[in-house]
Amino acid sequence: MNIIEVVNLSKGFKAKKGTITAVKDVSFNVRMGELFGFLGPNGAGKTTTINILCTLLTPTSGKALLNSFDVVTNQNEVRQSIGLVFQEPSLDEKLTARENLEFHAMLYNVPKAVREERIKYMLEIVGLYDRKDDLVNTFSGGMKRRLEIARGFLHHPRVLFLDEPTLGLDPQTRNHIWEYIHQLRKKEEITIFLTTHYMAEAENCDRVAIIDYGEIIAIDSPSDLKKEIGGDVITVIAEDRDKAKKTIEEEYNVSVIANDEGLHFEVENGETFLPKFIKKADFKILSISLRRPTLEDVFLKLTGRRIREESAEANTALKIHARRLMR
Amino acid sequence: MSRNLMGIYTIWLRDVRRFWRDRPRIIGATIQPALFLFLLGTGLGRGIAGAFGNGIRGDYLTFIYPGIIGMSILFTSIFSAISIVWDREIGFLKEVMVAPIARWAVAVGKAFGGSTVAVFQGSLMLIFAPFINVHITPAIVITLIPLIFLIAFSITSIGIVVAARMHSMQGFQIIMNFLVLPMFFLSGAMFPITNLPRWMGILVAINPLTYGVDALRGVILGFSNYSLIANMSIISGFGIAMIIAAMIIFGRTE
Repeated sequence: MNIIEVVNLSKGFKAKKGTITAVKDVSFNVRMGELFGFLGPNGAGKTTTINILCTLLTPTSGKALLNSFDVVTNQNEVRQSIGLVFQEPSLDEKLTARENLEFHAMLYNVPKAVREERIKYMLEIVGLYDRKDDLVNTFSGGMKRRLEIARGFLHHPRVLFLDEPTLGLDPQTRNHIWEYIHQLRKKEEITIFLTTHYMAEAENCDRVAIIDYGEIIAIDSPSDLKKEIGGDVITVIAEDRDKAKKTIEEEYNVSVIANDEGLHFEVENGETFLPKFIKKADFKILSISLRRPTLEDVFLKLTGRRIREESAEANTALKIHARRLMR
Repeated sequence: MSRNLMGIYTIWLRDVRRFWRDRPRIIGATIQPALFLFLLGTGLGRGIAGAFGNGIRGDYLTFIYPGIIGMSILFTSIFSAISIVWDREIGFLKEVMVAPIARWAVAVGKAFGGSTVAVFQGSLMLIFAPFINVHITPAIVITLIPLIFLIAFSITSIGIVVAARMHSMQGFQIIMNFLVLPMFFLSGAMFPITNLPRWMGILVAINPLTYGVDALRGVILGFSNYSLIANMSIISGFGIAMIIAAMIIFGRTE
């Protein structure tokens, strides 16, 4: 059964010159209970899609149902069905942790009789109960995120949207956040809709949609997506790059993608292939590596680009945003 | 419907809580009008002694006292409404916008929150009354509270209309210079409005705060240009128009 159904969804924004289409004719379903991931570089349309699904934006065309409610005509029912953790913090820092959750519980009609207990329960799970009466502006970035996750689960939503939930957090905190999410996922019957440009996070998903320039270019489980790559990924750095590329392509009948990091191609049985390859090569090899394919390779194969190239830009944007906040 | 009432209450509660917790703001918002009243009022009053006589009982300080209360209401209300822009900048507004309550309820909750805060801040001005020999009776207080609420509700609603489409606090100076200060100067808070040039008289007449200040003066000092009923009707009418505008603007989705 599908908890989210999206059919031919498009969204354009008016710009100085004509319109920018952020989401182009996108269709997909999310199954009840799964951990569904949206993987793509910044500006691919991930957040726009989420904003449409959570009623913050109206689509230009197409249809989206969430928990069988239309996101345009049944906004309140959709909103009651979802929890959200936004890319950027959305807490009231002048209120305490408990008050932030209380505010949320009141807006989402959590009955008064169970409100306090539910707040306590959620705070305990994310390890913030002993800080419940502290103002949020005394919290670290990781603590704020945990509080937001507690808030997202608070009103028993059917779908929890996590929009880049670990952006800007250090790897250790990132792992902690995921522990909390997995723990909560076991306890509550919930579907999780994640957007990320971290490969490791996408690998954890039941299914992943790869999105680029507003279009879904592949959708499947991470293992099936990786099967598209024919076996193992070989990366070669050669002295004469062009010659090497031409030779490999002709000799082994594979397509070679060249970028700053070297020449990439796929072979079925990497371990036995490498010795033969090195022996036979008539060009000078500076370095060679072999690894199992990742979703990054899938993205590279489908688009010819890497996701990471754009994430540096995202970091800059984040810094600018932080600076603006501090002023 | 009960859901939206709960939403209005929740948003109101947050504003009141935040205000109560922000003591520096309360102190600041009390000192600023006190400066106007005692420093500017005393100085100006001496300078123009004698110029004030016709139709105005008491001295200049007494005359501007209700006007200063009006100023306090004006500033508090606008600041409360503009906090929407701040909420948008820090991301909190999103949390409110995806909640399962109607968007218009957000505007109404904000308007009630701002008005409540302004009633508190405006009433706090009454502590200055003994220093300028104005006698405040319980009857006056009972009339003042709903009056202040009404004025504050109208002005907060104007603020919400302005804030609804503002995306950064950088526009704040513009609002100060083109809305708040003109409203204050053209309200009759600091001078009588009976003898003004024609262009200024028109601006004064279309300023809702004019009727608020006049009503405050009527209740506190016992003299006014218009009747209390007339003043309150005009403020109410204006307030209703503005809150409806705020509800509509807030209800639109991109």
